[in-house]
Amino acid sequence: MSAARRRRGVGDAALFRIPLILIVAAIAGIIIVGPLAVVFSEALKLGFGTYLSNLATPDTRHAIWLTVATALVAVPINTAFGVAAAWAIAKFEFRGKGLLTALVELPFSISPIVAGVAYLFVYGAQGWFGPLLEAWGVKIMFAYPAIVLASLFVTAPFVAREVLPLMQAQGSSEEEAALSLGASGWRTLFSVTLPNIRWALLYGVALTNARVMGEFGAVSVVSGSIRGVTNTLPLQIELLYQDYNAAGAFAAATVLVGIALLTIVAKLAVERFGARD
Amino acid sequence: MPHSVLPGFRLALACTLLYLGVIVLLPLAALLWQASGLGFARFVAVVTSERALAAFRITVLCAAGATVFNAVYGLALAWVLARYEFPGKRLLDALVDVPFALPTAVAGVALTALFARNGWYGALLDPLGITVAYTPLGIMAAMSFTSIPFVTRSVQPVLEDLSTEVEEAAETLGAGHWRIFVSVVFPALFPAFLAGCSLAFARSLGEFGAVIFIAGNQPFRTEIAALLTFIRLEEYDYQAAAAIATVMLAAAFLMLLVTNAIQLWSLRHQRAGR
Repeated sequence: MSAARRRRGVGDAALFRIPLILIVAAIAGIIIVGPLAVVFSEALKLGFGTYLSNLATPDTRHAIWLTVATALVAVPINTAFGVAAAWAIAKFEFRGKGLLTALVELPFSISPIVAGVAYLFVYGAQGWFGPLLEAWGVKIMFAYPAIVLASLFVTAPFVAREVLPLMQAQGSSEEEAALSLGASGWRTLFSVTLPNIRWALLYGVALTNARVMGEFGAVSVVSGSIRGVTNTLPLQIELLYQDYNAAGAFAAATVLVGIALLTIVAKLAVERFGARD
Repeated sequence: MPHSVLPGFRLALACTLLYLGVIVLLPLAALLWQASGLGFARFVAVVTSERALAAFRITVLCAAGATVFNAVYGLALAWVLARYEFPGKRLLDALVDVPFALPTAVAGVALTALFARNGWYGALLDPLGITVAYTPLGIMAAMSFTSIPFVTRSVQPVLEDLSTEVEEAAETLGAGHWRIFVSVVFPALFPAFLAGCSLAFARSLGEFGAVIFIAGNQPFRTEIAALLTFIRLEEYDYQAAAAIATVMLAAAFLMLLVTNAIQLWSLRHQRAGR
């Protein structure tokens, strides 16, 4: 690549380059690999049998199930939203486009705790719709719907963020060709646009999934953390940790580390195959 | 009117606006409405109470510390990834994304285990008299971890696109490497670098999951603003929670404005450079 082409640029002297690479890699090992490794080390401290039985406790199993159930609903919704937002922003010129882009990215800079508190004031007993919902007998707060809603808020920008730059760079000439050949709008979306952005979309979906499954702050406010009922996996980790059941907490954490590593694999796939396209 | 022959503009825009309205703006409006129920004088009293001020100060100082770490380390990381070829480069590049993909609660328990007195790192630091777990240093470590990717991912593409001609020209004029870095390379990176720093700072201000495990959460010493909001909720003091959350929301908006201003400026900067 470019580094090979350049013979001796700034900082390319071996006396500078090699120590810098070693220092940067060593720090990455300490601060990024260390936390991943310690999760497995702590989870397996008492042996593999204990690890499996920790994972199989009813509360942890329920937490895993609830987390998966949340992702199954939240990830498709935010994927559809991300594609719709990217379609509007990338393919059209309109007034207020900059503002819309900023709005899409807004949840990214808001603390998850603030998001959770904000939802409480919409659907909670003291919130706008709380009394009405109670009268109708609909339970949103401290139940599954609130967990999904809070997850939707926190992960809304991820798909759009990944596919938008690519859609902007690709322009819309291929879509225009498909339309002039008589394809419908939806057909164009599914057979031209989505295949063109599939690798970025895959990474956006993987990242959204990882963040939905791992969301802690917002969910801990709106779920009420009811043991075995509204405890998602990250909340279950906290609960076990506060109960001084470190091995149980880290066993549950290995599931989420596994999902994070799969997300990274998706990213590597995107880079390899996305570059080839 | 949109200048495009493509269909679906109205539908896509309507879906986007409706979704943002229901999922993002409605809750934020409810939060502001709840906070406004306090009245101005009580709002000020809540957010300037000694405990709240201490929490804001700790949050801002620790976030600043974490951002300084990431400014230096993130830049070095971006430099190494953009400029050098070495074995394991793809692995290192992939590792940068781990803090984005790893749940914050997992990061929190893992860092606490590492830095506890009998942990892998704590056992090494303890004889030196350095305690990280349950101190502001621990908060900084957690905030640093969760915001590692921001500076690197902002700077790395700019560094990869930077043409080497200017550097070579500076070299033929007899400038030393350090001088070239300071007066040629760094100014070109600066807008992206600043944007990355402000994103990292914003993220650190709001971080909750990674921090609460390692912080120890003592009022006036290691209690962050996000936690204080949570504590007020558990005490059923909803208006106080709303007030503190509103200040955090305002800080997030301010950081967003700063980041966007930097990005606009950097766009102009790039155009002027051509």
